[in-house]
Amino acid sequence: MKLVVNDKEVDVSAQADMPLLWVLRDLLGLTGTKYGCGIAQCGSCTVHLDGQPVRSCVTPIASVGARKVTTIEGLSADGTHPVQRAWTEVDVVQCGYCQSGQIMAAAALLAKTANPTDADIDEALAGNICRCGTYQRIREAVHRAAALRASR
Amino acid sequence: MTAVSRRDFLKSSALSGASLVIAFHVPRRAEALLLASAPKHPLPAPNAFLRIAADNSVTVQLAHSEMGQGIWTTLPMLLAEELECDWASIRVETAPAAPAYFHTGFGMQMTGGSSTTWSEFDRYRTVGAMAREMLLRAAADRWKVDVKHLRVEKGFVVNGQERLSFGALAEAAQALTPPTAVTLKPPSQWTLIGKPVRRLDTPEKVTGRAQFGSDVHFPGLRTAVVARAPVFGAKVKSFDATKARAVPGVETVVQVPSGVAVVASNFWAARLGRDALDVQWDLGPGQDVDTVQLLESFRALATKPGAVALKKGDCDAALTKSKQRLVAEYDVPYLAHAAMEPLNCTVRLEKDRCDIFVGTQFQTGDQTTAAKLTGLPPDKVNIHTTFLGGGFGRRANPTSDFVSEAVSVAKASGVPVKVQWTREDDTQGGYYRPMFLHRVEVGVDAKGFPSAWKHTVVGQSLLAGTPFEAMVKNGIDESSVEGVTDSPYLQALGAKLVTLHSPRNPVPVLWWRSVGNTHTAFAMESMLDELAHAARVDPLAYRVQLLKGQPRHLAVLQLAAEKAGWGKAPPPGTARGLALHASFGSIVAQVAEVSVDEEKHIHVRRVVCAVDCGLAVNPLSLEAQIQSSISFGLGPTLHSALSIKQGRVQESNFADYVVLRLDEMPKVEVHVVPSKAKMGGIGEPATAPINAAVANAVFALTGQRLRSLPLKLV
Repeated sequence: MKLVVNDKEVDVSAQADMPLLWVLRDLLGLTGTKYGCGIAQCGSCTVHLDGQPVRSCVTPIASVGARKVTTIEGLSADGTHPVQRAWTEVDVVQCGYCQSGQIMAAAALLAKTANPTDADIDEALAGNICRCGTYQRIREAVHRAAALRASR
Repeated sequence: MTAVSRRDFLKSSALSGASLVIAFHVPRRAEALLLASAPKHPLPAPNAFLRIAADNSVTVQLAHSEMGQGIWTTLPMLLAEELECDWASIRVETAPAAPAYFHTGFGMQMTGGSSTTWSEFDRYRTVGAMAREMLLRAAADRWKVDVKHLRVEKGFVVNGQERLSFGALAEAAQALTPPTAVTLKPPSQWTLIGKPVRRLDTPEKVTGRAQFGSDVHFPGLRTAVVARAPVFGAKVKSFDATKARAVPGVETVVQVPSGVAVVASNFWAARLGRDALDVQWDLGPGQDVDTVQLLESFRALATKPGAVALKKGDCDAALTKSKQRLVAEYDVPYLAHAAMEPLNCTVRLEKDRCDIFVGTQFQTGDQTTAAKLTGLPPDKVNIHTTFLGGGFGRRANPTSDFVSEAVSVAKASGVPVKVQWTREDDTQGGYYRPMFLHRVEVGVDAKGFPSAWKHTVVGQSLLAGTPFEAMVKNGIDESSVEGVTDSPYLQALGAKLVTLHSPRNPVPVLWWRSVGNTHTAFAMESMLDELAHAARVDPLAYRVQLLKGQPRHLAVLQLAAEKAGWGKAPPPGTARGLALHASFGSIVAQVAEVSVDEEKHIHVRRVVCAVDCGLAVNPLSLEAQIQSSISFGLGPTLHSALSIKQGRVQESNFADYVVLRLDEMPKVEVHVVPSKAKMGGIGEPATAPINAAVANAVFALTGQRLRSLPLKLV
């Protein structure tokens, strides 16, 4: 099966119903995308398919097709995507396990809504659980990322 | 002995992938000198905690686990404060399991009890200062000048216009005898301690590079998923693995003490294989556990006195004489920790060594357990601590459940294996914050203030049945009554009786962020609020009256109240509630502002939190921990609970074990009391009071007194 992951074409041998999450983690070694619940409840496994945020834990590999997969490893070459810079400035992360998913969800939000309100952020990110409770700084960092994008 | 040999140290460095060429290192002969010169408090061996390489990088070894609380940054701050290196030159590694890294207060290598920063405050600063002194002496030798003419500055030793980098001096410094005493900087000279410093683990954590236990990979590694007992304590009677073995990718199926493990080439295959297993269980007494019945049995027990935890005066007589009596019962359910990273552990077992890759809070406990299981000496069990995707106490298990199981799977299967729990496994796997019930009977005087306090606590002991059982004295597990027996409100009270029932049952329990305070704060602060309202006294004024003689508590309470605007009208549709609780050496007061919607759902809009934790080493990290604690506590305040029927845990994943989400996160405002008090912890104390602060606000808003968690309005 051919996939385009982080702008590279890869060939994987997997059952059609194997979730994209486990293809990324166990077959391709891209462990930045995390397993948290397996039922699309926590958002830790969020990746982009053609720029849209999806839960890779419930995305069968056969359904991906020609859509481009972007993971946290492919969001930027050097960690300088505005969301990553904002996360750094605001000192968002704690344990860090959910943050790949939070960052991918935030990046997708900003691509669609350049200057999101708190309500927009709540709606876009309520599906991403953080047990460390970094939520307040996530809100702040999304606003900061919006400003960084605008000044780019 | 408090030092790691050079060989062990280099070995551990090699394992962690560092390319060490020239290390700053204290030779072994110096240890005897250190011990002889200061037998009571030997200086730490700096080579165990720090190495300086020729490229000027300063690598700090962490004796504790990073699980979100920020010690990856705080401990290097302590060391760098004294070393005066360039902050940008700091690298961080987690130490191997070894006696050199034992907790300075607890005698084992572990992370918990909100203790890392206070327990390492002297040790990491001392290591930094020792290294600084040796670098200075090496430079003095090089320049042939008196060391008193030299100073250190941002990674260099400076002599007038000349300077030498730490890296250039490291080799010479390591040949010197380490100092037997060092002078630490006075607080007025601190440039890092007390300043907001951003985290050092951010670059790895925003790019997906950070290695958690579940990310561990090496050639030949297999993944296992285990079918565990459907009720606690059940044993495998028989199993049929025919269908499991037919799943593509499944390689082997083995029985272990905890159940049946399916070992496969990847997680998904192992998971499918596990789900295809047919296991017959001998259920045992665990099948009778029912949380509804259990709570009723607790209620019945609470009417009888238990083991005495605190007794002063004749409480029953004082109750009889009191003007009025108030009785209330408060209960809290079992809770799962539900860290974002489901439990996992990777084991590579060879003939003469065992390597364990795991996010753990209990290195030496896990090491001992694995040594027993494998028959290897403990020093042949190498614990490689990864980042923890949350801990909250679940990864500090005296019985090392998730580690011992993985060792058993590796042993039985004969292959290196990562045992990965599913979210459902993690939720239903036990080791919960126990269910507790408090019955509180208070006699009050003519003004409505306590004249007698009778308090009965019912709930499982965390320590019973563990290697720490000896800490239970006269039937009292202190962690069940902490926050009641030492309540600041009851200090001056002449008649009080606190007793404890610790009924056993098959559900495994464990500490959960802030431990006993999770329920004692709820009971104490709810009851105080009830008493204040019964006395028709403002809840703040009522507490202030009782806290005479407790100036630290009072200052924290009044700061929170002032910043929250207590006494002024809250925003329309909201009301405020107050709670104060001291734990882990720190005092926290919170004012919660809540509203209730048409469907009677409670919304927490704002939480003002004041804290006195002694010195705040990194205020940026402190603020994060307060936000974190409040978020963690609000899950159980509003939603989270586990229920058990016929021994089976009913909740399994985030769909039914509901935790706080971003759209429910209140605005948290943190205020720190400048304090010279002894340093306390900050990872847990702010979790405890939030339940009561919200419940008290809900009462103020609706007149409904909610005494069960999670809070549900009728």
